[in-house]
Amino acid sequence: MAYRNQKINPDRFHPSQIKFYIITGLMALFMLLPIVFIIVHAFKPISELLEYPPKFYVINPTLDNFKNLFNQTTQSSIPFSRYLFNSISVTLVGVAATMFITSLTAFALSKLRFKGKKLLFKVNEVAMMFVGSALVIPRYLVISSLGITNTFFAHIIPLLAMPVGLFLVKQFIDQIPDELIEAARLDGATDFQVFWRVIMPLIKPALSTVAILSFQGFWNNMETSSIFVSDEGHRTLAFFLSTLTTNASVSGQGMAAAASLIIFLPNLVFFIIVQSKVMDTMAHSGIK
Amino acid sequence: MFLVKSKITPFIIFWIVVAAILIGVLIYHFIRKAKKVQKKLLTRDQLETRNGWLFVTPYAILFLTCIVAPIIIAILLSFTSFNGVNKPDFVFIDNFIYLFTKDKTFTQYVLPNTLKFALIVGVGGYVLSFFMAWCLAQMPKRSRTVISIILYTPSMTMGVALGVLWIIIFSGSDTGYINYILISLTIINEPIEWLQNPNYLMTIMIIISLWSSLGVGFLAMLSGILNIPQDVYEAAYVDGMKNRFQEVFYITIPMMKPQMLFGAVMAVVNTFAAGGIGVTLSGSNPTPQYAGQLIINHVDDYIYNKYEFGMACAVTVILLLIILIISRVAYKLFGSKD
Repeated sequence: MAYRNQKINPDRFHPSQIKFYIITGLMALFMLLPIVFIIVHAFKPISELLEYPPKFYVINPTLDNFKNLFNQTTQSSIPFSRYLFNSISVTLVGVAATMFITSLTAFALSKLRFKGKKLLFKVNEVAMMFVGSALVIPRYLVISSLGITNTFFAHIIPLLAMPVGLFLVKQFIDQIPDELIEAARLDGATDFQVFWRVIMPLIKPALSTVAILSFQGFWNNMETSSIFVSDEGHRTLAFFLSTLTTNASVSGQGMAAAASLIIFLPNLVFFIIVQSKVMDTMAHSGIK
Repeated sequence: MFLVKSKITPFIIFWIVVAAILIGVLIYHFIRKAKKVQKKLLTRDQLETRNGWLFVTPYAILFLTCIVAPIIIAILLSFTSFNGVNKPDFVFIDNFIYLFTKDKTFTQYVLPNTLKFALIVGVGGYVLSFFMAWCLAQMPKRSRTVISIILYTPSMTMGVALGVLWIIIFSGSDTGYINYILISLTIINEPIEWLQNPNYLMTIMIIISLWSSLGVGFLAMLSGILNIPQDVYEAAYVDGMKNRFQEVFYITIPMMKPQMLFGAVMAVVNTFAAGGIGVTLSGSNPTPQYAGQLIINHVDDYIYNKYEFGMACAVTVILLLIILIISRVAYKLFGSKD
């Protein structure tokens, strides 16, 4: 029909789409420039870092900045590998625990009938707007009264309850038909078996979304290291690298750029892997 | 870190609680095994109630300790004078009165700055998210995916220590990239100390925050637009809808209100969580002449520079109130009426 030549979610390219390509393309360029810039900077040798006029590309790429980064840390008492180990273990444990707790709770809120669940979900919805960085003092008081300062728990426990994650998974489970669950119950499955055997395999997209969001939360997290942990050996990579990046003398710049890249790249790779699943989850993300 | 406190007692209490929970679970398990017959006597409703609460408990405990408890403690401490060493002193609403009458920094710089920042970054980022999502929705899948990943990328740098990136780009010497470009285009003659200059700091903060504003909310809006069935548009055009402008306001936005609301909530969170950026850029709290001082920086200022934790909590409470009010407005606009 002639009344519309543009439509939502088109199957193929049409010249009328060119204006959208131009708008989003320009925006994408603006978004991408700083990222490309930091990558280039991380691979610049010292001579090019000091060069005038500054260049947006690198002529002789080198891994010197990364090598310096590793050596710098071996000079201080705690080696780089220690921070890396801390970060990886905190992230692995944290992400796995978050995924399990979040989906179990979401299943109960979505498919089990019990009093108070509407209220719980409503409170959780309000808590999505929780700004943790403004509550440094009260959070420190809570964590220290739990006695877990200077332990791995100080990195994990404060981030385990993730309101946004619970919200997304619950909305996702809502659209799974009740008949499936009834069928499993007729076969004698307990509620937990329904959750583990029926629901879990069906909510993989939502789980991936929770995984990437909590991964970002744990991996990028430097707040808990600075507030709850004073023992250098228990601090995380993100925190260590942030102490480097605040020192931005020209020679330190390349190293700081390398450090930023090490923290940032896993986020990007992880997101690209799960992005189609994230989009699936987001289709059910609305607040009704 | 802030408080001189005996470390042993709370530590023991924590592990006693953990052990008690573990033992409780074990006992519960054995009782259930021993009385398998009795379990069958529970009606379906009773069973669901019991399991429901059982499944929710771990999250609920974490939620209460890590989110609800800090908010309550902040509200309580906001009525006290507290320095972390002595016991909190109850002072009623003196903290709030001081904040609004005597604390010139707060009323002259922090509040106006926060308002300006929230309005431009929050609302601007929100509109930008919708507009970009709307444009992307009208492109074929492959190019849409690639561009949406690129647009989402900066939001992943939130919280990543990217301060160095901006410090290099906006560096004050003539080797800084922005200075170099502007000098070679002869727009300026001398290098500008971008990040130390009160005239520019706020603008730079806003640009950077907008740069990283296309986050989860943007993805939600994109899939919200894509999920609107095609025949709704077709029916509307048959009924006399004339242009794309009408299409957006009469079909697209009303059809995706839930995603619009989710996007609004995410925009609020991002805006206030990004509040620390001025200090990262200028490298000092307070920022030069308070030009980039936002409400979160004011909290930190009270904590780390003045050791007035009661005042810090009072500022936090005001921040929470602001967030609550904004979210009410968003729910009024996009929420369903029930």
